[in-house]
Amino acid sequence: MMIRREALPLLLFAFFALMPIAASFGPESYLLALVTRVMVFAIAAVSLDLILGYGALVSFGHAAFMGVGAYAVGILSSHGIKDTAIQLPVALAASAFFAVITGALSLRTKGVYFIMITLAFGQMAFFLAVSLAAYGGDDGMTLSGRSQLFGFDFIKRDRAFYYVTLVALIAAYALCRSLVVSRFGRVIRGARENPQRMAAIGFPLFHYQLAIYVIAGTLCGLAGFLMANQAEFVSPAYMTWQRSGELIVMVLLGGLGSLHGAILGAAAFLLLEEGLSGITEHWKLIFGPFLVLVVLFARGGLIGAVERLRGKGGA
Amino acid sequence: MADAMLSLRHLCKSYGALTVTDDVTLTIPKGEFHAIIGPNGAGKTTLIHQISGLIPSGSGHVLLEGEDVTRLPLPLRVRQGLVRSFQITSILPGFSVLENVALAVQARIGTSFRFFGRAAAEERLNAPARAALDEVGLADRAETRAGLLSHGEKRQLELAIALAAEPKVLLLDEPLAGTGPEESAVLIALLQRLKGRITILLIEHDMEAVFALADRVSVLVYGRIIATGTPAEVRDNVDVRVAYLGEEVT
Repeated sequence: MMIRREALPLLLFAFFALMPIAASFGPESYLLALVTRVMVFAIAAVSLDLILGYGALVSFGHAAFMGVGAYAVGILSSHGIKDTAIQLPVALAASAFFAVITGALSLRTKGVYFIMITLAFGQMAFFLAVSLAAYGGDDGMTLSGRSQLFGFDFIKRDRAFYYVTLVALIAAYALCRSLVVSRFGRVIRGARENPQRMAAIGFPLFHYQLAIYVIAGTLCGLAGFLMANQAEFVSPAYMTWQRSGELIVMVLLGGLGSLHGAILGAAAFLLLEEGLSGITEHWKLIFGPFLVLVVLFARGGLIGAVERLRGKGGA
Repeated sequence: MADAMLSLRHLCKSYGALTVTDDVTLTIPKGEFHAIIGPNGAGKTTLIHQISGLIPSGSGHVLLEGEDVTRLPLPLRVRQGLVRSFQITSILPGFSVLENVALAVQARIGTSFRFFGRAAAEERLNAPARAALDEVGLADRAETRAGLLSHGEKRQLELAIALAAEPKVLLLDEPLAGTGPEESAVLIALLQRLKGRITILLIEHDMEAVFALADRVSVLVYGRIIATGTPAEVRDNVDVRVAYLGEEVT
């Protein structure tokens, strides 16, 4: 059982690790940029799965954390601070701070109200970015180059950046995987099943849910840091509510509450978007019904479908 | 009064004009098995909710070993040793039976802000959990998914979870609700074994069980305690016969 469960994420990571070799025979920079983008969004989706899939907290403002992380890079580098050793801690701390404030307020509500209030905070972050005239306002701003590490341009080359992103994805995934089976993760999973029971065993759930919300927000800030470097551009578009919705779709598409499902979902979403938009500009007409079909017929998302196929094959 | 484990002082609760709990004062000494009976709608479950902290009290106080816990929320009362079960079975259906109980152990000992290491493999949590399962007779079901248990087994599990929290006072909200005769016999025998070891406040409809188990019985009618005494005294109390037992005794 264990081996089977772990096979799929290993397969995914192996694919990511070997992809650049295959890409060198084709349109290399296009493929590297595309898959780097997939991995960046995979980090964001994994972090969302942590609260959505394991905590049953439907956050509709998750993209804001990506924006906070990205703007940390943008704002610092516009002031000439381009070193990762400063940018990354600031990006993570800013996301964590934003998560503490918004989480402490949002988590006092439940259900639909939680969705609405996280959406509201997401929009606040969006409009704050729009109003930052000094940093491009509506239009965003172009970075003068990628971040450095102790003065060294360590991710200047696309291939280097690709592998740095892959390492970040694997680290984020490993952290979350460890988290969900830990004591802490068990409390979070228990709260998803029966919050009243958890309170009656002696767990003040608010503290635990706030902690997981902050962890997820911080990880998503990491995705924002990478996103800014990938595009070498930062704009309020990173934190629209549509983007938050897309992150939810990625998690649902891949399969809720499995972590690697979120990676698969991010890949499927972005590759389909890329592929379909190459065929027709009305690609959403195909993409929409496809999502409906997945939700209707592949319960548990793509992961669920894969596991069912496997189950049939094995039996 | 010195050895009072649980004291309720002038506890009240109203919803608008409707008074559900009306000036309830009750002292339960350490080790006593106390039962509260009363007709449907008497406010028994509301009273348990108030004592456990699931809902706030309008006025009055709840004292555990002389300490006022009225303002503590439910999880913190549990940590003080005031543990409850639910009338409608409340378990984690997707977790294994063992994990359901291990979580209660986890809440009691050590921190849950531990982000690494597989909780399910921690013997420090699993060993006390197994002991609690053994106690209620569910040891051989430890690895089953809790949602797949029979109704009676779920009630046993509910008790195991409560026991794993090592309660000073155990509040039981109709532990026999919905069980068949065989299942309830198992549960009654279990409660009999717990008697004396833990201070228990039981709410129950099954009169036979109540009179067999309880040291003392209180009768709650319209949110008021109209009588408290030994099972024999309560059975002979005229008010009680009129208010509640009337139709059964004649």
